[in-house]
Amino acid sequence: MKLIGKAVKYGDDINTDYIIPGKYMVLTDPVELAKHAMEGIDPSFTEKSKDSIIVAGKNFGCGSSREQASISLKYSGTKAIVAKSFARIFYRNAINIGLPVLECEGLWDIVKDGDQLMLDLESGEIKNLTNNKSTQAQPLPDFILELIEIGGLLNKLRRMKV
Amino acid sequence: MANIIEKILSRAAGKKEVIPGEIIEANIDCAMVNEITGHLTIKYFYELGAKEVWNRDRIVMVLDHTIPAASIEAAELHKIMREFAREQKIKYFYDVGRGGISHQIMIEKGHVKPGDVVVGADSHTCTYGAIGAFSTGIGSTEMTAVFMTGRLWFKVPKVIEIKVNGNFRKFVTPKDLFLKIAKILGVSGANYRGLEFKGPTIENMSIAGRMTICNMAIEVGAKAGIVGVDGKTLDYLKDRINEPFFIAKNDQDAEYERSLELYVDDLPPLVSCPDAVDNVKPVSEVEGVELDQVFIGSCTNGRMEDLRLAAEILKGNKVNERTRLLIIPASQEVFLDALREGLIETFLLSGAIVANPTCGACYGAHLGVLASGEVCLSTTNRNFIGRMGSTKSKVYLASPATAAASAIKGRITDPTTFRSD
Repeated sequence: MKLIGKAVKYGDDINTDYIIPGKYMVLTDPVELAKHAMEGIDPSFTEKSKDSIIVAGKNFGCGSSREQASISLKYSGTKAIVAKSFARIFYRNAINIGLPVLECEGLWDIVKDGDQLMLDLESGEIKNLTNNKSTQAQPLPDFILELIEIGGLLNKLRRMKV
Repeated sequence: MANIIEKILSRAAGKKEVIPGEIIEANIDCAMVNEITGHLTIKYFYELGAKEVWNRDRIVMVLDHTIPAASIEAAELHKIMREFAREQKIKYFYDVGRGGISHQIMIEKGHVKPGDVVVGADSHTCTYGAIGAFSTGIGSTEMTAVFMTGRLWFKVPKVIEIKVNGNFRKFVTPKDLFLKIAKILGVSGANYRGLEFKGPTIENMSIAGRMTICNMAIEVGAKAGIVGVDGKTLDYLKDRINEPFFIAKNDQDAEYERSLELYVDDLPPLVSCPDAVDNVKPVSEVEGVELDQVFIGSCTNGRMEDLRLAAEILKGNKVNERTRLLIIPASQEVFLDALREGLIETFLLSGAIVANPTCGACYGAHLGVLASGEVCLSTTNRNFIGRMGSTKSKVYLASPATAAASAIKGRITDPTTFRSD
């Protein structure tokens, strides 16, 4: 599974209050949530979020368990997130809603905002198509890859017919 | 050999032993949702065509984030929860006025037992480690899986052991201890890890104090915080739980990823400065920062012990005229106890406003929302940009003692050297 998108870059410790501020927790429509994605730290995000790949530093998604954080990014058009590391609840939430998340130390330094990136989710290879540099993310374990390919945990539960 | 987290997880997975990094599927003893995460779980539950929850006695549903409903949207979320609880005959549903902040009532009402594996769709679910349970926050979609199956996968975490020695000085608290730990570990220093707190200081610490430090485990990225069961735990639980429970004990040579050893005898009151929980300094270094608002409450510091400490300092004093003081007891039970003990009267006479139990102020949703340029000192757990309101406001985190002294002075004040004018 290969994804192409343009990089939107952030630093370390992007928390869930930045991704979707608490005051929007009353919204139930994912499309409405997406209008406020990253509003806490970057109100211009939604102008560049379509077909984006977020490239972030350490501990992306720290803070709250609010799944609305990963939902708002997914519905804003974000195709994947590549970070040096993730906070664990966000990481699980993203996978569970079928939003690919890759851990990669090396990408941040070879990417500028707006660069075209290509991710290979199976192998973990990431190419910067703008400057022809490439790096390797930690490949996803098979069971996580499977969850992403079928579109998340709900689809898996649907198939299991529990 | 095994530590208490490994013992609890191996029991829940039906295995003789587990090792860090291993993926296990565990039986869930109790699952908790609030209205801002639960409404998604309920929506997915119906979307999947599910008919009945796995166990109506093991799901706790709590309205706590916006209490009472502050908007039509919030009221709609309450309604979704209420109707689901009725339809599924959920045994423990805490409506407006019946419970309080979920993490307080999960322990106070005896829903969590030592040795349990508990998940909650809220990151501060890690609070219940205070009574020797393994508890962690999950998302709404995973909670749907739990509602349907009563099971969930976990990666067995590596555990960091934190040994704490010594006695706190007067007006230095478990909150200050945790801020010290946050400074040492950093906001991602315990990502994917468990934290086990032990040592003489923890043995002497009340359950309320243990709840404070376990509550904040998530602020250094931890999956869970835990304190082993001891006499204090059993004493606290004796009128709250009448079922048998599992007491996990560390093997003598229990293994940890690493150990920290701390001494609190000389620990000063600490404050976490904007905009990160690990940006910790002694209160004395930031004394004098002017405050528009002080907030005492939340799942971190809204218990009787916290309110007593605040009242001790506030009694006979007035909140500074440039500052407003907001106090929110963590639950209806705490509110009533504080009322009976005269604390609420002390607060009102000092010029504080006391509001009903809710999470609202902590996460900037309602009650005490900050305007641009405003500065708040809060006993809560997060000081991210915009956490309590405007993205141009600032939040400092500290103990209830520091909060009370600071409210009187109208600026950040060290409670150990505080003198009323």
